[in-house]
Amino acid sequence: MTASERAAEPSAATGAPSFAQRYWRLSAFMRDRAAVVAALFLLVVAAAAILAPLIGLYDPNDADNAMRLARPGAAGHILGADQQGRDMLARLIWGGRVSLLIGVAPTLLASALGLILGMLAGAIRGFVDQLIMRVLDVVFAFPLVLLAIAISGVLTPGIRTEIISITIVLVPYVARLVYTTTLGVIAMPFIEAARAAGASQATLLARYVLPNVLSPVIVYATTLVGLIIVVGSGLSFLGLGVQPPTADWGAMIADGRVVLRRAAHVTVEPGLLILTVSLAFNFLGDGLRDALDPRAARR
Amino acid sequence: MANPILEVRDLVTRFGSPARGVTVVDGVGFSLYRGRTTALVGESGSGKTATALSVMRLVESSGATVAGAVRYDGQDLLALEERAMRHIRGARLGMVFQDPLTSLNPALRIGSQIAETILAHEAVSAGEAWSRAVDLLKRVGLPAPAERARDYPHQFSGGMRQRVMIAAAIACSPEIIIADEPTTALDLTVQAKILRLLHELQREMGAALLLITHDLGVVAAMADDVLVMYAGRIVERADVDTLFHAPRHPYTQALLACVLNIEDDSRAPLEPIGGQPPDLRDPPPGCRFAPRCPRAVAACRQVDPQLLPVSNRQAVACLLEQKEAAYG
Repeated sequence: MTASERAAEPSAATGAPSFAQRYWRLSAFMRDRAAVVAALFLLVVAAAAILAPLIGLYDPNDADNAMRLARPGAAGHILGADQQGRDMLARLIWGGRVSLLIGVAPTLLASALGLILGMLAGAIRGFVDQLIMRVLDVVFAFPLVLLAIAISGVLTPGIRTEIISITIVLVPYVARLVYTTTLGVIAMPFIEAARAAGASQATLLARYVLPNVLSPVIVYATTLVGLIIVVGSGLSFLGLGVQPPTADWGAMIADGRVVLRRAAHVTVEPGLLILTVSLAFNFLGDGLRDALDPRAARR
Repeated sequence: MANPILEVRDLVTRFGSPARGVTVVDGVGFSLYRGRTTALVGESGSGKTATALSVMRLVESSGATVAGAVRYDGQDLLALEERAMRHIRGARLGMVFQDPLTSLNPALRIGSQIAETILAHEAVSAGEAWSRAVDLLKRVGLPAPAERARDYPHQFSGGMRQRVMIAAAIACSPEIIIADEPTTALDLTVQAKILRLLHELQREMGAALLLITHDLGVVAAMADDVLVMYAGRIVERADVDTLFHAPRHPYTQALLACVLNIEDDSRAPLEPIGGQPPDLRDPPPGCRFAPRCPRAVAACRQVDPQLLPVSNRQAVACLLEQKEAAYG
């Protein structure tokens, strides 16, 4: 550690690091250039999506026949227009609201649920372990997309249904990762040492298991976001998620495939956006892992 | 001698099912006294660590059953509820583990780990627990404790990590410290420093120290009383002078013969003990050391010797020695 880093650390009054300082080290994160660039990129994309109604875009659903399949760079349409003459930039930004929500919300929900279930199953062996893991195995046995379709089909279509169904499908993936990691962590001597020091089961899980399980989950979750954006678009393509004409990157790709040979930009633009956003989440995950894991931070 | 602070009676620790299990600790009994160091000696697999973990009630979670009694402060620790036991662990009974590399949580600053122990037992603020942790680090001789408390375990050397472990173990001023091979993973020079530290702290606090080791040099330097363990049983108990100068059990004698003596010029080869310790899933009848014992007679293979006093300073579980002590 350098002197400047140490100076940035906790209050001199008690010397005790705050909760945030114990787990999160900004300096380690800032050193990872790719992660910082990725985080900035995602911030811009997210800000654009959130501020979509305020930044003077075309109405994303407003069809202008004269501008059908306008090339990128056409007057007034920087990124061109689709086959109905709707502005691509407006649709990409408005679609980002849906796609980012579909990518991030189920991942967060599933990570939280998976962490709780996986840690409980890993820590409390026997009946609890068997019950949780076998039920999750049943969910796990179904193909991911098929199960999401089935659940969406039962509930009323819409964004909320899409989030719920994808969350349910994802929980076993996260829970399994947490479960195996927890088993490994619990076998470590420092757990026995903590118990010998009088730590309760709750303390053990919160202070000893969770910090050691968190970083693989964060890395895994960030890789899931990209996948989920694609799965979500699949659901909307099948009419089980977001309903047309609401834009969503996956649905835009689906629309564009009809005119792929004549006007590739209608497909390529949302495709590139999904690609870069997914990549950015991956880089962000690597950076977060380094910031959260004291050992990885020294590279 | 004063009243023991901790008294272990007929401790039996068994892993596995009743039909197909292993009894790793078989009828062990001993007492610990304030201000005294008791060494528990034996080779790997003799049940030393299992004995310590049984006393701490830390083996049940790995599927072991423990019988017997551990009397401490007017109660039987083995009969306590887990909740009540948790308040004793770390607060009244501190434990130092063998491997300081893996016995510290890699994801927590070391100051937090020590503060964690204090917070588990005392109603103090997080800030106060932290400043006490820093004091403890200072007390165990860690340089720049206020800064180092914010570092993570991987930033420390083995010896420094063991100092941290010791600081955590004494955080709540326990009356009993159990140190399980505290120096086995360390360099010789560091070993000596850590042992001296343990010794000083124990003296200052007036605590009882149970020192588990296989190193007879450590025993000679540290212990007041010695328990020799073989195949799950205590085979000899004596004060440290008696044990080194007049060992009675053939196993203790063989153990001492394995040690290099610098002052001995004879260049006599070291004498390893022939054979292997018995398979505890199916221990031999009679004395468990009999198959390896050079003096064993027929009776040794049939009669199971009990640990009986042969003088007021020594007890031994050997038929031949008991007979000799009785009839001279």
